[in-house]
Amino acid sequence: MSDLPNHYALLLIALAPFITALLAPWVNRFANGVSGWILATVPAAIFLVLATYIGPIADGGTVSFTMSWVESQYFHFPINLSFFVDGLSLIFALLISGIGTFIVTYSGGYLNGHRHQGRFLSFILMFMGSMLGLVLADNIITLFVFWELTSITSFLLIGFNHNKEASRRAAIQALVVTGGGGLLLLFGLLMIFAVSGHSELSTLMMDQNVLRDHPAYLLVLLLVLGGAFTKSAQVPFHFWLPNAMEAPTPVSAYLHSATMVKAGVYLIARMSPVLNDTIYWNTILPIFGGITLLTGAIMALRQTDMKQMLAYTTLGSLGMLVMLLGLSEKVAILAALLFLVAHAFYKGALFMVVGAIDHESGTRDLTEVSGLRAKLPFTFIAAVLAAISMAGFPISLGYFAKEEIYLLFGPENVWSMALVLVALIGNGLMMAVGLAIAIKPFFGKMLETPKSPHEAPLSMYWGPIILGVLGLAAGFYITDVGQIFFAPAATAVYAKLVETHLKLHFDALLIALSVATWVVGGLAFYKLESIRSFLRRVATVWRWGPDQGFDQFMFGLIRLADRVTRLLHHGRLELYLILVFVCLAGALFTPLIMQDALPKLPAFPNLHFYEWSIIAIAAIGLIAVIAAKTRLVAIVSLGIQGFSVAVIFLLFGAPDLGFTQLMVETLSVVILALVMTRLHLDQRDARVLEEAVRDGAIAIVCGFGFVAVLLAVLSVELDTSLSDLFVATSVPIAHGRNIVNVILVDYRALDTLGEITVVMTAGIAILALIGIRLGGPKRGIGAPKKAPKSGAPKRTTPRSKGARA
Amino acid sequence: MEIALAFLVGLFFAVAIYLLLSRSLIRMLLGIAIIGNGVNLLIFTVGRLTREVPPIVPDGEYAPLEQIANPLPQALILTAIVIGFSLFAFLLVLTYRAYQELDADNTDTMRVAEPEDSPRPPLSY
Repeated sequence: MSDLPNHYALLLIALAPFITALLAPWVNRFANGVSGWILATVPAAIFLVLATYIGPIADGGTVSFTMSWVESQYFHFPINLSFFVDGLSLIFALLISGIGTFIVTYSGGYLNGHRHQGRFLSFILMFMGSMLGLVLADNIITLFVFWELTSITSFLLIGFNHNKEASRRAAIQALVVTGGGGLLLLFGLLMIFAVSGHSELSTLMMDQNVLRDHPAYLLVLLLVLGGAFTKSAQVPFHFWLPNAMEAPTPVSAYLHSATMVKAGVYLIARMSPVLNDTIYWNTILPIFGGITLLTGAIMALRQTDMKQMLAYTTLGSLGMLVMLLGLSEKVAILAALLFLVAHAFYKGALFMVVGAIDHESGTRDLTEVSGLRAKLPFTFIAAVLAAISMAGFPISLGYFAKEEIYLLFGPENVWSMALVLVALIGNGLMMAVGLAIAIKPFFGKMLETPKSPHEAPLSMYWGPIILGVLGLAAGFYITDVGQIFFAPAATAVYAKLVETHLKLHFDALLIALSVATWVVGGLAFYKLESIRSFLRRVATVWRWGPDQGFDQFMFGLIRLADRVTRLLHHGRLELYLILVFVCLAGALFTPLIMQDALPKLPAFPNLHFYEWSIIAIAAIGLIAVIAAKTRLVAIVSLGIQGFSVAVIFLLFGAPDLGFTQLMVETLSVVILALVMTRLHLDQRDARVLEEAVRDGAIAIVCGFGFVAVLLAVLSVELDTSLSDLFVATSVPIAHGRNIVNVILVDYRALDTLGEITVVMTAGIAILALIGIRLGGPKRGIGAPKKAPKSGAPKRTTPRSKGARA
Repeated sequence: MEIALAFLVGLFFAVAIYLLLSRSLIRMLLGIAIIGNGVNLLIFTVGRLTREVPPIVPDGEYAPLEQIANPLPQALILTAIVIGFSLFAFLLVLTYRAYQELDADNTDTMRVAEPEDSPRPPLSY
């Protein structure tokens, strides 16, 4: 696609929300009250830019942008920041930016005066940018990065009320589930690259059978579906979605209508051309989708919290979409796209309606609000418009979506007949929920509510009203809308040119199925109370579900981490050291044994008498350190081995070392003797015999390890090239006759500087240690806070009885 | 000679490790001092030994006249001795202060940072 012109507008579309998100808190500070309207101009502008692509894309074109992102010569994976727009991306991007515009203004009204409104707007905009990047992404790594960004930003949004535990739990749950799915997706995408060699989705789509014909197809499919099902909350990963209702309502309205949960559907639709229409695809998707549809629709009836009811119908709708896409048929794909847009319109609107009711009356429990029609007239209009589409009454977009679904019904195909029946029941039950939310709060007798209800501000009802109107208008002009929007999108999913001829059908079967849906829905609405109480009784018996399983899983992880920490980090120093030295012994012997390089026992060395004596003196000193009965003997013995080392240096041509060692040893012994006399330490070794044997064995094994390694090293020729260089150049270029000194101050001058720094640091640390006294500093950092009442301030460090400080 | 020193180095390490494994702070301190000497001797031995000829170029010459001791290990060890001494001094003062504050020279009883009954992590979000 490199021959096409780069549309930098696409890059800007994906980045603009993030840039705006940075500014949002300041905008909110200086334009409090209207910040929602100001910030909404950005998604509105994005919408308008995207709208200019409608024409070219309806004519079968695409728009793309490519920029190299990570280049590596070692690694043949083209990571590009690349975007492209086709019919499918365009529908999603328009929904995201369009509904996003309403959501931003709505958030401005809903959270007006909230302490963290600026933060919230910032999160929403970041989320919007992530979603836009996701649906526009061309490169699979770009896709994955934005996919993960939606997980992270939705975590921030769901956990916005972070002082509530339920919110934190919901946020972590969403992150763990969708993030876990993201890992599967990453693996799946890398597999796609490994199998097909395509890193760009747009070129992958041209090569349609490369994955289907590959033996790894099933693995790729399962991994991609793992990502999609977690994101789109298919049973059994559905539990995070209702819990995410802990978020403020604008978040729910956005996540559940056009964005987050639709990301999985988008992925399935996007991958359809290369993955669909196999036995696995056509079995897995409809089954999971169908189960999710029924679960969502039935669970929705159990709730009285209107947000929860809508959340479960979202589940049902996602199930419907997955089921339809799983049929791999032209009509089903078209139905899925129609349903997707219809759902985005009415679900976004209904969530905003519920939020308005909650915001203005103080409750969103279906049984606690009633008769608000006169108090919230505009909200009521929005609710009715949305409910018409949700119920699928004629000429609404929802009606055409349902009609396309029912077109699949044919006696010749039992499988799709069964699925249409599932869809029918699901549609009917969801219609009942839609009716309940549009009718119950607004009709009937006024009930006492926590707040005295009044109409929500314009920023909170213009969005749902427009969405509701769009749901009807799109149905009114369905033929044109179908050609402009749905035909290109369906073409992208179906991978063959799709012509839509959407219009009102007057087919007896379709009408019968529609009527059946309305009957199911009407009955469910009429009997809502008894269905709910029945479902609640079932719920009291059937308690276990993946939601509880999630708690078990997370707590199990915490317990496991605690156990592992206690096992490895037990706080007993000698055990840490034993581990270190056992590993050291292993490190010393393993390479020798592996390479069969254990040295043979050498011949008895022939040394001068004085050399033997100094070695013997050193050995005696060492043994005496261990065997010493009193501290003084131990210190003197330490001196003996130190001085022996100094003498060895002297004997073998290293006078500088000898002198330094002598001084250092003298100082060490003197200081040690001074300090030790001030301590009243236990004289004996505290070890019992078993411990002494254990430690002795480890020590001896390590000692022999060093001997063996040293003998092995000594048996090979020494490379003296570096020493020779120093010897040869010491006088000519460094003008020094003491070669060791020349090395220290010339060749390794920086090392020596480092050495001096270490000495100085140690000196400062020693001074500080001596200077610090119990109770911390009296002033400045770490100083104790002023005592709240009379009496001495409490010491934080434990001071034991014998401290003589 | 290298072979005899190799065994001496082994003895240095064995004694040092035995001392380090004791729970008494003052013995561990002795172990630190000894292990430092052991490492220095190890480097010295690996650089091969030459009897009694320091690496010094006589006056008026541009290069040493006879086989001299290897200067490179000596330069490394000189740095190591000084740093080893700094470490020893620091640890000595640390031990002294730990003894003063905690009244203990046994690592088993020094559990301020890792208390034995540290609380279990909370099972919540």
